Amino acid sequence: MSDQLVKIRGLKIEGRSDETWNPIINGVDLDLNKGEVLGLIGESGAGKSTMGLAAMGFTRDGCRISGGSVEFDGIDLVNAPAAVKRGLLGKRIAYVAQSAAASFNPAHKLIDQHTEAPTQHSVQSKAESEKDGIELYRRLRLPDPDNIGFRYPHQVSGGQLQRAMTAMAMSCRPDLIIFDEPTTALDVTTQIEVLASIRDIVEQFNTAAIYITHDLAVVAQMADKIKVLLKGDEVEEADTRTMLSAPKQEYTKSLWAVRSFQRPQKPAVNVGATPVVSVQNVTAAYGTVPVLFDVSFDIHAGRTVAVVGESGSGKSTTARCITGLLPPKQGHIEFDGQVLPLDYRQRDKNQLRQAQMIYQMADTALNPRKTIGELIGRPVQFYSGKTGAEKRKRVDELLEQIELEPTQYFNRLPSELSGGQKQRIGIARALAAEPKFIICDEVTSALDQLVAEGILKLLADLQDKLGLSYMFITHDLATVRAISDEVVVMKDGKVVEQGPKDQMFQPPHHPYTDLLLSSVPEMDPDWLTTLLKERGVDNIGDAAVDKMA
Amino acid sequence: MGSVGKIILQRLALGALTLVIVSFVIFAAVNALPGDFAAAILGQGATEEAKTAIRADIGLDRPFFERYFTWLGSILTGDLGVSYAQMMFATNLGGDQLISITDQIGPRFFNTMFLAGLTAVIAVPLSLTIGVLAALYRGSVFDRVANVTTLSSISAPEFFLAYVLILFLAVINPLFPVIALPEDGMSLIERARITMLPALTLTLVVTAHMMRMTRAAILNLLASPYIEMARLKGVSPMRVIVVHALPNALAPIINVIALNLAYLITGVVVVEVVFVYPGIGQLFVDAVKNRDIPMVQVCCLIFAAAYILLNLTADVMSILSNPRLRHPK
Amino acid sequence: MITWLAAVLLGSIPGGWLFRFLGQKLTNNRPYFRDMGFGMAFGYVLGAAILVSAIWMYIVSWSTAGAIPDTYFFYRTAVHGLILFAIMGVAFLWFGRLVGTAGTRKLFRSMPVTAAFGILIIILYAICAIFADFIAPYGQEEVLGNANVVPGGNPALGGNPDFPLGTDQIGRDILSRLIYGAQNTVGIAFVTTCLAFFLGVTGGFLASTLRGWTDQVLSRLVDVLMAIPALIFALLLITAASSLFTGFGLTVAMIVIIAVIDATRVFRLARAVGMNIVVMDYIEAAKLRGEGLGYLIFREILPNATAPLLAEFGLRFCFVFLTIASLSFLGVGIQPPLADWGTMVRDLSQFINFASFAPQVSAVALLPALAIALLTVAVNFVVDWMLHKSSGLKE
Repeated sequence: MSDQLVKIRGLKIEGRSDETWNPIINGVDLDLNKGEVLGLIGESGAGKSTMGLAAMGFTRDGCRISGGSVEFDGIDLVNAPAAVKRGLLGKRIAYVAQSAAASFNPAHKLIDQHTEAPTQHSVQSKAESEKDGIELYRRLRLPDPDNIGFRYPHQVSGGQLQRAMTAMAMSCRPDLIIFDEPTTALDVTTQIEVLASIRDIVEQFNTAAIYITHDLAVVAQMADKIKVLLKGDEVEEADTRTMLSAPKQEYTKSLWAVRSFQRPQKPAVNVGATPVVSVQNVTAAYGTVPVLFDVSFDIHAGRTVAVVGESGSGKSTTARCITGLLPPKQGHIEFDGQVLPLDYRQRDKNQLRQAQMIYQMADTALNPRKTIGELIGRPVQFYSGKTGAEKRKRVDELLEQIELEPTQYFNRLPSELSGGQKQRIGIARALAAEPKFIICDEVTSALDQLVAEGILKLLADLQDKLGLSYMFITHDLATVRAISDEVVVMKDGKVVEQGPKDQMFQPPHHPYTDLLLSSVPEMDPDWLTTLLKERGVDNIGDAAVDKMA
Repeated sequence: MGSVGKIILQRLALGALTLVIVSFVIFAAVNALPGDFAAAILGQGATEEAKTAIRADIGLDRPFFERYFTWLGSILTGDLGVSYAQMMFATNLGGDQLISITDQIGPRFFNTMFLAGLTAVIAVPLSLTIGVLAALYRGSVFDRVANVTTLSSISAPEFFLAYVLILFLAVINPLFPVIALPEDGMSLIERARITMLPALTLTLVVTAHMMRMTRAAILNLLASPYIEMARLKGVSPMRVIVVHALPNALAPIINVIALNLAYLITGVVVVEVVFVYPGIGQLFVDAVKNRDIPMVQVCCLIFAAAYILLNLTADVMSILSNPRLRHPK
Repeated sequence: MITWLAAVLLGSIPGGWLFRFLGQKLTNNRPYFRDMGFGMAFGYVLGAAILVSAIWMYIVSWSTAGAIPDTYFFYRTAVHGLILFAIMGVAFLWFGRLVGTAGTRKLFRSMPVTAAFGILIIILYAICAIFADFIAPYGQEEVLGNANVVPGGNPALGGNPDFPLGTDQIGRDILSRLIYGAQNTVGIAFVTTCLAFFLGVTGGFLASTLRGWTDQVLSRLVDVLMAIPALIFALLLITAASSLFTGFGLTVAMIVIIAVIDATRVFRLARAVGMNIVVMDYIEAAKLRGEGLGYLIFREILPNATAPLLAEFGLRFCFVFLTIASLSFLGVGIQPPLADWGTMVRDLSQFINFASFAPQVSAVALLPALAIALLTVAVNFVVDWMLHKSSGLKE
């Protein structure tokens, strides 16, 4: 018997849209040996998930395998009868989905879903499998492993669900597990625990795995070898260390290079200078639920302040207070030393013009029924009163500033642009108001890394040229490092720490900042191992966060 | 369980409140407008004194709100009043043997319930089966045929379907009677045979709606990630449906059934008229034509109450079948 | 009849098994037959059996043709009608694919036959309704001598060639009344739907944009109005209105009543659609720019709501159309002297009982009802396609 577990040759998959079949995967090979972990990486639309599911002999509705072969341990999965495939799924090949919250059936307890595969495939009795499940929960370091399985999915947190799903995949001790972006939906501090427990358990049982992700640093921790996909084609494959240190293809190199963009720290602001925006002791609530507590920070002319924190930390709420969408309960906002009315409806046109916003999702930030010319032209006309040729001239100017050819894009609709181009239009719309200050709300987190870098560079250039001030809301520390001058760290609606960037990235830190910083995966394959050693096994995850509180 | 109990109590209270408001709307709609009901009862040539006497008799001379609360109070005590038709009969032809609305409605209410019940018995299993099958074999010939057929059946007015059924099942093939007149002492089977044509008509309309809604609900469910997860665990197709889809499909399906039973209420009116079936619907239409205000109010209130009750049931059932609410954090 | 049905159903069970078995053997166990569930095989055999009996019945209908009391008359007519409609639909679809601008040709290429048929029927009805005065041979209220209910215009069978569909009991030409019925019934339903849309969409968008108490007041009001079933509520209000108006005035009152009742349903949809659009960042951007309410509603929200609103317009039209027809049928809808289909069905309904000895006469009674059904089917086909298309684009 050979060691080869999965053998895919020339796999082609097509998807149906608009009554025609379009290729998703155009002939990819894949080999996986027993006990080996393959990282499958690529940008959105690269076909990673489709590829992962195909390794299970499964295609989603509206997709079909149009060529090539998939073999699992010598069994031809493309032509196998449905019953044979069913016998393998869950028993020898298991799947861990991206969203555990949606992938657990809300009507059944976790343990009942856990025991389903073993009992259905007659691997274990229900009682045995329940006992085994509790043991797996313990190994995956779930809190209260004896009882957690008897809860319903909605009673358990996201990070814990993701681990419970890994336990479920392990229930029959499969030969192969497909991990489909299992940590993408999680916060960085939660991600760490899930990564560590997945890696442990895969090692303990010597399970082969295909680990699908778009995050290079994550895949570096998990995989023995890495395969890079681009638009349904393989770019290259190599073992992890070789791939990280010496990528061959231009595309791979460019992916690696993204992380190198970094602006130098600007000199300190003159003492006594009036900040462009000053947030002063702001406390705010949604209805009666308090979300912000006594938040204060300044943003100076020509500077970028990054507001960092995990989901629910109050970063976006702070932005809503500044723009006046959510009037604070206490405290106020000063602009150029003058107090702004709290509610945006009471601000005059000039006050509104001075502060602009760029949104995370360009798709929802641009009205899909308006052309680029209309989208950018409206604020030009609204604030400056320019019409006709004058307005057109200004719009052309703005399009040139965001590096898009005016004649080519003026009459297009947003749906005809790529994600990065749409985000540029969002920037142009903000610039059209000729503001002093722009709030950038996670502007790069929905974009692929190369495109995101282009946007960051553009924003940096515009700041130098036009003397803009930015408030940069993000959860991604690489972005913070790349663009910010000052950093504000938020947690649970409070400012935990703030200061110049260089100082923030140097110890000593506030313990939460430390946790946040150290939890961001690095490209070094040994990073996770080292980190876990530093923290001590029982100091990761929940325990660490609890200590903070 | 505490929170579920609380939510359900809230819904029940809301339902009761809605019913009271609706009773007011119904009362106001026909009483706030000017119009000489006394003349309507007595006919054209009545004397002014007689009209005044009648108005005082019915209480039309009292203030609006006083009349409303008197009406509501008597309804709550089970006294539905007397119809104008009966009053006219008594006034013009003498005699004081007034038949109250309660007595008039009683047997007809039973007839209407029988018709609706018979329809539900046929339509609910039929449409759930077709709906689930269409969802499972979506895109197949069966699905497409079901789609076109139900679409056509929804589109056709009730009276068209009724006459087509009469044509084929009563006139050309005399299987059922054209006019559905149940009598006292009929056996259940005989009664069902007589009521079959109106019930089939309603079945056609309701099944189409219910089947389409069931199909949509199931499709929506089958697209959820946990169903894909179950399939990826190697669970058999039957078990995917029974164990994974069904418990979650319960709430939407109950909803669909309740909504369509509520829809039956509207359908009953036209169908009863076509088949001259002695139910509340026919009584209601006659009352509307004769502008018999007390009768219109009562019938309308009965229909609205049934409608609100069914919607409330759907609401409560879907709360009860939601695991998130049944097992709070 | 019932034994036949049972035999077909039971026979399909072994039939299905046999079909699958043979399929597996003959195709050398191709995956299609190998993985076929029993239910599917059963369905195929049952479907084939039904199709065969339908064709067989059609053949029988010809062999017994000739005599006038013809039990198969309706079945044959229905089959002919279906074939005719299918041909019309396909022909129109091909016509659309070959003629017109590049845009419309592309549209027709992705269109199913049902939708093409629907569009064709809607066009034909629109022509009928708009040019009724020129098409109809007689006026809608003209009483033309003696009643002659025999259609076909064949004097040998007692018909009158002047009245191809015969006349009703009081001697009005049925063909003319059918054509005027298109103008009245369809026209009134269209006006009512437009009114309902104007009220519902305005309210719904205001509620979703302004939120707060505007939304609360409008939504609670709509909740109360929707707690009474539409047809029942319409009947109630018409009772009230009938003490104020008669004849044409009552028809206008009915239009307003139905428009208000249906506006509540439109309101719900428009509000929901509006809510989905209002949470978009581009609305926030426009608000923060300082744009006024009018700009928000007409320039930002409305253009993004056209697809669902258009589909809803089609469905709402069907609903209004059926409600009006039902009310007319019950005798409280469109008032004389206007000719309308609902009233015609009621007036002619007694002829249905002639079906066993004079099928043509009773067929005429069904014509106005068929006219109603055909239009709603057509609109539903088009809406179904539109909804399918817009949901397909989202994926």
